Amino acid sequence: MKRPGSTVRTASLISVLAMLIAAAARPAIAAETIDPAADFRAFRDYFTKKFPDVPLNDFVNGPASMDADLRRQWQSIDDFPPYDFAVERGKQMFATPFANGKTYGDCFADKGIGIRQNYPYFDQTGGEVVTLELALNRCREANGERPYSYVKDEMASLTAYMAFTSRGKPFDIKIPNDPRALAAYQKGEQYFYARRGQLNFSCAGCHVQNPGNHIRTEVLAPALGLLAAMPIYRSEWNGMGTISRRFVTCNSQVRGVPLAPQDELYRDVEYYLSYMGNGLPVAGPGARP
Amino acid sequence: MRPMTMAASWRGRGLLVLAVLLFVAASAARAASSEADFKAAMAAADAAESEAGALKNQWTTTEDALAAARKAAAAGDFETAVADARQAEALAKASIAQAKDQETAWRAGVIR
Repeated sequence: MKRPGSTVRTASLISVLAMLIAAAARPAIAAETIDPAADFRAFRDYFTKKFPDVPLNDFVNGPASMDADLRRQWQSIDDFPPYDFAVERGKQMFATPFANGKTYGDCFADKGIGIRQNYPYFDQTGGEVVTLELALNRCREANGERPYSYVKDEMASLTAYMAFTSRGKPFDIKIPNDPRALAAYQKGEQYFYARRGQLNFSCAGCHVQNPGNHIRTEVLAPALGLLAAMPIYRSEWNGMGTISRRFVTCNSQVRGVPLAPQDELYRDVEYYLSYMGNGLPVAGPGARP
Repeated sequence: MRPMTMAASWRGRGLLVLAVLLFVAASAARAASSEADFKAAMAAADAAESEAGALKNQWTTTEDALAAARKAAAAGDFETAVADARQAEALAKASIAQAKDQETAWRAGVIR
């Protein structure tokens, strides 16, 4: 006959073992599951619950959506938008043929007008994320022109014009059912959440955990819609800057050596963040303190 | 209290002299950082920084320390150069540890 205590002990042992096995298995399952749609819903819920008074489409206005004083400053600045010169220059550049007679419009769908919301995309032929900046320089090189710097000046003007022609269109970033696209998405997600630099900050540390809070004199923008207004005129830069410039600057600010502009990881993080902003309107070019 | 014996007094003085000699020897050794010491320290720092580079996780402060080490060595100040190179190596190793930790730790911050 079994002693009464032995059944209890066996049951306890089994349940402890089951818990240990489940605990060991959970990270492995999480590590293997890539579910952009579920991530998107959780991301959206987090910000809308954290900031219930901010209308969804207002998140694209970055720090101005978080702080009333900053919003008034931003509205005043937008009376005479400092990015207007870049839009005008970009328009002229867009219309000016290359030496071979072709134009930027020949490289893009719809002649490049009103297409910002579709970038970045995953190119299944090349097996990589293609951003608008990368596509513009590839267009130039394919037509025998030298590539531009990715961070400002001409590139900022071209992307400013292309964003301007797309204003209000909802972001529509697609992640095809291709393991390479999912891998790029996850690498971008990892880059966004991983701490780096001597100051041990992650992108998320500022833009997920602390949007609306100050870091020194700056109000931190929310990660939701973070790239929707790019490129931007930043007063701190005294000029325009692209998404590449923003990533490079962020890395430097936490004492990390920046990657090369348009490094694969930067394109992946742009892919991840842009997908999180799906449905929000294109608001670029923007103005920021 | 017992008065100190002559033998004990000499033993104490001997120990004091030995300590002074050891201190002087250690200081001399420290001050005598050579170009060879710098090259060894720099090679170790460069190797660690290359590893951090392969992980795409270098720190600007490591680069600053490496530059300072090279500058000091170029000026013939090998003591400072060795100290800066060792500082660079320590920073590079910290950035490697950070990158390896974050290979899995990043998941803890993801919005679920």
